[in-house]
Amino acid sequence: MDILIQVIVTGLATGGVYGLIALGFVLIYKATSVLNLAMGEFMTLGAFVCLTALLQLKAPFYLAFILTLLMACALGFVIERLILRPLIGEPIISVIMVTIGLGLILKGLMYMIWTPSFRTFPEIFPPKPLLLGFAVVPSGLLWGFVFAIIGTIIFLLIFKFSRTGIAMRATANDQQAALSMGISVRWVFALAWCFGAMASVIGGIVIGNISGISVYMGDIGLKVLAVIILGGLDSIGGAILGGFIIGILENLTGLYIDPLIGGGAKGMAPFIILVIILMVRPYGLFGKELIERV
Amino acid sequence: MRCGDFKETYIKDEEIFQSLFVKFWLGLFFVFLIIFPFVASAYYLYVANMIGFAIIGTVGLNLLTGFTGQISLGHAAFVGVGAYTSAILVTRLGFSFWLSIPFAGLIAAFAGMIIGIPSLRVKGLYLCIATLAAQFIFEFVFIHWESLTKGITGINIPAPSIGSLQFVTEKEFYWITLFFVVLGVGYARNLVRSRMGRAFVAIRDRDLSAEIIGINLFRYKLSAFAISSFYAGVAGALWVTFLKVVTPDHFPFILSIQYLAMIIIGGLGSTLGSIFGAIFITLTPELLNHLSEVVKAYAPGHEEIFVPMKEVIFGLLIVLFLVFEPRGLAEIWNRIKNFFRLWPFSY
Repeated sequence: MDILIQVIVTGLATGGVYGLIALGFVLIYKATSVLNLAMGEFMTLGAFVCLTALLQLKAPFYLAFILTLLMACALGFVIERLILRPLIGEPIISVIMVTIGLGLILKGLMYMIWTPSFRTFPEIFPPKPLLLGFAVVPSGLLWGFVFAIIGTIIFLLIFKFSRTGIAMRATANDQQAALSMGISVRWVFALAWCFGAMASVIGGIVIGNISGISVYMGDIGLKVLAVIILGGLDSIGGAILGGFIIGILENLTGLYIDPLIGGGAKGMAPFIILVIILMVRPYGLFGKELIERV
Repeated sequence: MRCGDFKETYIKDEEIFQSLFVKFWLGLFFVFLIIFPFVASAYYLYVANMIGFAIIGTVGLNLLTGFTGQISLGHAAFVGVGAYTSAILVTRLGFSFWLSIPFAGLIAAFAGMIIGIPSLRVKGLYLCIATLAAQFIFEFVFIHWESLTKGITGINIPAPSIGSLQFVTEKEFYWITLFFVVLGVGYARNLVRSRMGRAFVAIRDRDLSAEIIGINLFRYKLSAFAISSFYAGVAGALWVTFLKVVTPDHFPFILSIQYLAMIIIGGLGSTLGSIFGAIFITLTPELLNHLSEVVKAYAPGHEEIFVPMKEVIFGLLIVLFLVFEPRGLAEIWNRIKNFFRLWPFSY
């Protein structure tokens, strides 16, 4: 029983991190209807930049963190302007493939700059784990959880109350109507990419802290697809809740099914859940229901 | 348009060989294909074989993605299913290679239809994610169903033969590849101008209208998945028989992306484009390898840069083609052809 609770708590904490990366996907999807499959690479890049700032520039963590956010912001702007804007109105396969291509470019460049070797972060967060009495939360996961919750609340508030957030919601709802109300849809698109990149680099820094970084860290980005499909592609709250559910289910699979089939099921669980959701309820828990019977 | 080239019937308009000129050049090209193995070295024949397998897989994917408009990020999984089917039938059940090929295609087609079932409910982005999940699930099965696939150790496959004639070397295998490529391309080219091909295009252009004019979406979408996976299965079976070994490493996610890159760079919805794309994408890494050897000779120590370079160039090609030439190499080819057709009086 103890181990069950422990696994659920770990799952919850992992789920928080998934939720944060899912937030990156959702922010971009919500405003621009683009699913950015290069998200995993954004994440890795963020972790590498933060690490370089910490080690090479000897910057304190908060400075490195801000630097990484600025980098993400610039990256989002540049990519939106150079690659995504020419593709507005193109078929969906072009848009998806262009983000995959982008992911390959980023991955290759990171491989050139930082070499494929595995690295670990210096201690940023106090290494003391959180003792809950009935379970233990490792420090990395705990801080990941905290970051995820803070990030979500900030983004939710921006979306709910700020002028920019309202413009973004309007654009997501109806681009033409938004344009005619004087909202610069281009600006909103650029901003959405910038926000999405920022959310994912925070996720990257957190994951880098927990399990170290290598060029291949970006594969987690694909796992997070299950989270956003479960939560609903355009729901911020759904992304976070989906993150928790997938995190817990993944860890439970690791506990109960892995011994039965000899390992590997844990990494597979998100994809199997993904297929089931797509068959049963493709719009997810909180996604916009688009009913089309063809 | 060329002078005096009037088409009076639809049948005339849909002809594959539109003029004597085309027939002549195609004939010449076939002569070249037949002479090629006698003059080329083993390395070039190896590359030619690889291009052949890529063409079969790409033509299949183009039928699904280019013509029917259903995105599949899991093509490598079907290639894997075909490859494993053939390998297991040959080594376990003692099938001959020739019989195992159609079975590889059929089992892959069956797998494709299962993955295609969500396409009736979800489309676009969601279908893309569903096929992506299928890719990872199949990859997982290849590794973990050890009693059948022997896991990561893989299966060794004997060379195919007819009677006493063995197909071991690149040169001997070239004939098998050539046969299947001609068969596959010929079938696809004819399929797209048949009733089925027109139905595919109708579904791609607007599924709602297609349904209204009486196209059974269920049937045609699943057929598209089945045919495309059949091609993938055959390509996989040939490929691993050529390599003489099959392991799960042969079918990673990046291979699916490679296939998609081939049809995008070649040209979506064009059989000729699939061929161009397959040749282009197969040759690019080979060229990079050459370049890396040159660099190794003149500036040793710097050749490591070519390992990630492959991915960067690959990604760049996809992005650049999508942004600047979305209709791919086939469109460039058409433009060149049209330029020379009326040259020097183009107006």
